[in-house]
Amino acid sequence: MNGNGRIHDNIGRRIELETAVEQAAEVRRSTRTGAFLRKLKKYRALLIMTVPGLVYLIINNYIPMYGVVLAFKTLSYDKGIWDSPWTGLDNFKFLFNSPDAFTITRNTILYNVVFILVNTVFALLVAILINEIKGKAISRFYQSTFLLPHIVSMVVVAYLVYGFLNQDSGMVNTILTKYFHKDSIAWYSEAGYWPYILVIVNAWKNAGYLSIIYFAAIIGIDKEYYEAARIDGATRWKQMTAITLPLIMPVILIMTLMAVSSILRSDFGLFYQVTMASGPLIPTTNTIDTFVYRAMVQLGDIGMSSAAGLYQSVVCFFLILGANLAVRRYDKNSSLF
Amino acid sequence: MTGAMNSRHPFIHLFFWLFVLFSLVPFLLVFMVSISGEESILKHGYSLFPSEFSTGAYSFLFNDFSTIAKAYGVTIAVTLIGTVVSLLITCLYAYPLSRPDMPFRRTLSFFLFFTMLFGGGMAPWYLTYVNMFGIKNTLLSMIIPNLLLSAFNVLLMRSFFSTSIPDSILESATIDGASEWTIFKSIVIPLSLPIVATIGLFNVLAYWNDWYNCMLFIDKQELYNIQYLMTKTLNNVQYLIMKAGSNAQAGEQLAKMPRETVRMAFAVVGVAPLLAAYPFFQRFYISGITSGAVKG
Repeated sequence: MNGNGRIHDNIGRRIELETAVEQAAEVRRSTRTGAFLRKLKKYRALLIMTVPGLVYLIINNYIPMYGVVLAFKTLSYDKGIWDSPWTGLDNFKFLFNSPDAFTITRNTILYNVVFILVNTVFALLVAILINEIKGKAISRFYQSTFLLPHIVSMVVVAYLVYGFLNQDSGMVNTILTKYFHKDSIAWYSEAGYWPYILVIVNAWKNAGYLSIIYFAAIIGIDKEYYEAARIDGATRWKQMTAITLPLIMPVILIMTLMAVSSILRSDFGLFYQVTMASGPLIPTTNTIDTFVYRAMVQLGDIGMSSAAGLYQSVVCFFLILGANLAVRRYDKNSSLF
Repeated sequence: MTGAMNSRHPFIHLFFWLFVLFSLVPFLLVFMVSISGEESILKHGYSLFPSEFSTGAYSFLFNDFSTIAKAYGVTIAVTLIGTVVSLLITCLYAYPLSRPDMPFRRTLSFFLFFTMLFGGGMAPWYLTYVNMFGIKNTLLSMIIPNLLLSAFNVLLMRSFFSTSIPDSILESATIDGASEWTIFKSIVIPLSLPIVATIGLFNVLAYWNDWYNCMLFIDKQELYNIQYLMTKTLNNVQYLIMKAGSNAQAGEQLAKMPRETVRMAFAVVGVAPLLAAYPFFQRFYISGITSGAVKG
């Protein structure tokens, strides 16, 4: 009995010990949760403020992100999105076996490369030259005029382009036939001209905007650099290349980085509205975004549309990460994140 | 003053005046066509210097203005509601992110920022709204999808809050016993009117110029906004009449319609409010986009 009693005692003490340890842990845990709860309570108002935004992001961005499963399914409307049968990579196989995949990728990238080059060069030129102007009023007038095309919608741009290019009475054909005695050109069915037309239209709409951003960066440069350079006898050209350009390089880098990382995205309005969605122009004006739209709305092929959209999103995602990494290596402060 | 400057940089000004022409001539062309006589257009084509003036296109448009008025009604309603709600949500999400002591701050920032890096694409996005939320053919479909909250605007606003509102003011308000809501309403927002106005302007422009949501989600003509009505009319100028009135009446009107000039007159009517307002907000707009680029 004695032995048994000791064992019982031992067990009893051990149990006591364990409960004590547990209780201590409990107390610790409860103070930790307590602190946490107190913090939540203290910041309750701030947390509630974020709720509308959170709900919106979930609806507008995160549910569609989950919806990328559509790219691996065949949508049947009577079964709904989630119960539609899986088809693995069929949509992607179909997409990448069609000639479209290459054409739309090529178009999107080439247009973007040319847009970036043309707009950047033009915008820098304008920004540097505006800085040479001393009159405040005239400088402001130039800036707001160059920015005007940026605020109108692509629908309005489509009208403006139509004014120049419509076949029967557009201004370009009128000039061609009247003054140069040439045949009029059916602009909206000749695909070959559109790469040039769209580059001009895009520069018209966006170069002014970019130039104003670069101009703001130039204004931000400390005037003392220029004074010191002038004292040392630097010419205007030298000041431009040795002071202005290097000092606004971070801004140029950021703007270019953002443009490069969305090199697989295109302005749907530019390629769909301005071309008036004309069928004969598709070979040179179809981009990934117009393809995604046409596949969904005109062909009703949700699977293929989703596949092309996912392809675009994934490549862009890695491009952004890569571009950001490259900029970080070059200049840590200029990177996006 | 201008003279002295011109003599210093004649070529710069020449270059800029060419650029000014490049920016403005397209608008001028459309306007000139809209006030030309239809016959002269058919005979001579579009020209910056019309040989014959006529207000026929405008009187034709204003003869039956109800379609256009309705579309403007939709645009104005959507712009007003959308801008106000969007500003509210943006401020509410941006302010907590600007507070360094805020719990889950990094998580909430990342939740927002990630939407700038990756998206599900158009088809899943469209189906979410149409199938899950049944938003088709409602005014909401022009207000909510994509336009209600821009991650970029939230980041702009957050950086304004965290750089322009001194912590000491918030602290002393807390010590005085003001609740977070009171601080937000009576201190943060009044101190941030410049950024609120800037982002409000961005929102107004985004809603006013939107045709994409209307194209995707609306098939009822009475819900078209002005931009989408313009799209429809560009592709088929008869569109403006076809829906109006009885068939017999429409046929009669169609015959009388000065097609070329009406199309361009409609473009003028469609873009006029924005261009008329531009001189008043251009300086503000410029300072908005430049501060955004430098800080964002």
